[in-house]
Amino acid sequence: MDTGTFRGLITFVLLVAFIGITWWAYSKRRKPDFDEAANLPFADDKDEEEIRKQHAAQEEQTNSRHDGGDKNV
Amino acid sequence: MAAIESQTDLLTCIIKRVAAPGHNATGYPLTAFDGNIQMNSALEHPTYNYKVVRQFAIMTVVWGIVGMLIGVILAAQLVWPQLNLDLPWTSFGRLRPLHTNAVIFAFGGSALFATSYYVVQRTCQVRLFSDKLAAFTFWGWQAVILSAVVSLPLGYTTTKEYAELEWPINILIAAVWVTYALVFLMTIKKRKTSHIYVANWFFAAFILTVAVLHIVNNAAIPVTAMYSTSVYAGSIDAMVQWWYGHNAVGFFLTAGFLGMMYYFVPKQAERPVYSYRLSIVHFWALIMIYMWAGPHHLHYTALPNWAQSLGMVMSIILLAPSWGGMINGMMTLSGAWHKLRTDPTLRFLVVALSFYGMSTFEGPMMAIKTVNALSHYTDWTIGHVHSGALGWVAMITIGSMYHLIPRLFGQVQMHSVNLIAVHFWLATIGTVLYIASMWVNGILQGLMWRAINPDGTLMYTFIESVEASGPGYFVRLIGGLFWVTGMLIMAYNVYMTVKRSESIRQQPAPQAA
Repeated sequence: MDTGTFRGLITFVLLVAFIGITWWAYSKRRKPDFDEAANLPFADDKDEEEIRKQHAAQEEQTNSRHDGGDKNV
Repeated sequence: MAAIESQTDLLTCIIKRVAAPGHNATGYPLTAFDGNIQMNSALEHPTYNYKVVRQFAIMTVVWGIVGMLIGVILAAQLVWPQLNLDLPWTSFGRLRPLHTNAVIFAFGGSALFATSYYVVQRTCQVRLFSDKLAAFTFWGWQAVILSAVVSLPLGYTTTKEYAELEWPINILIAAVWVTYALVFLMTIKKRKTSHIYVANWFFAAFILTVAVLHIVNNAAIPVTAMYSTSVYAGSIDAMVQWWYGHNAVGFFLTAGFLGMMYYFVPKQAERPVYSYRLSIVHFWALIMIYMWAGPHHLHYTALPNWAQSLGMVMSIILLAPSWGGMINGMMTLSGAWHKLRTDPTLRFLVVALSFYGMSTFEGPMMAIKTVNALSHYTDWTIGHVHSGALGWVAMITIGSMYHLIPRLFGQVQMHSVNLIAVHFWLATIGTVLYIASMWVNGILQGLMWRAINPDGTLMYTFIESVEASGPGYFVRLIGGLFWVTGMLIMAYNVYMTVKRSESIRQQPAPQAA
């Protein structure tokens, strides 16, 4: 087999592989898995919530110090 | 000058806080935390290594300012050539590689390290593979940058564009990079989640490919301590160089930052990516096609004609995966467009995607040989590079940093959201001024160079085209100044965010009611 034929075959194999990947990615069976994967960035949102809560607590404390504990001032 | 000095003070202050010895991992004195363990744990994450992320994130801002400032100096030199001070160390030819290395590898590199370490930990829900090796990548990378800052103005260069650093530095880069690959891939290996999130695929491809590109392109025979010759010769050397050069764009400046995009755009928009399927096809298409586009840097040279045509065709095909990714990022905002009105961080991320779409359309167009005959060697190329570098790379980085930095320092958001909005407009106007002036200059130069008299002689001398470019260079300088101003505002905002995080921490912990 000469180099040209070999290169042609490699190109063909890559093309088939790419079509295969596309077919696999768009098959219905992958949907639930992909939905799960797509939500990974939000998986540990709860420790951001912690920080938010701590800040709220901190702010409340600071406020109560400014107004001498009297919320109506 | 005083302003610059005080700015440096601010930054040194931040760096000390992030990395001072004798302090705990957070960079704050241990005593401040006595009896305040709850707050301490908020900054020092129980699972993740945020220290190395904080270090790289702060250095992203520092190197961004340094690299862009050198860019502004170069832009000013092109308007007023006397500014090279008639010294070899400050001449355009030596400062130009310093600018490109500083913005690509120091600013962009630090941003990629910071975000990849952050994203891989959070989406794999596991701590980095090794804190010590991660620390080595930080200090090793800073050592590489400092040696570039010293060796490039001294005139040490391999003359390969974007690979100018000499062989001892290249060996250090290779060591740092292989360690980076090890830390990143081993972290993925020990993940607690079943999936590898798509952002990590892009980061992994970027890390592995850059390792291969760097090692192959810098293969050289050392002659003296700071001089080597490439093992490749002639047009093969040129092809290897632009295989490296174009894939540095494709994998360092594209795949890496797409990794950023796939995490920070969904995160900031608070909704998952538009199509996870499309992201997989986007990944494989981009990886398979980018590799072959390099020859478009060598149109009408000694490179065989078939290789030039192949490079052109592959460059045009590249439009499809590029736009697939851009559309995937944009559509993530569907139903959340109203957030752009109030959230300047999201605006940075979305405008970055718009510039990505624009420059990945412009690129394939410029790779067409007949267009390239006009655009090559003109300022159009410089404009194209900067619509990618400022519009896409820097904007997606800055958006990601504005998301990342408050979280790393235990805050909900940056010190001032208004200042983010100011930075956004400075960056956008700066980019538009830059690329518009370079389009005008590029087309003007291309047309002047090819204009011929009826008798076949050239209509213009080269110096006439340089003179005609003057106004464009001035507008470009103004665009650059907009950018540096924006970065200084960012540095102030980051400093205040870090400082606020400290002042909150020094107050007594809230008592349970």
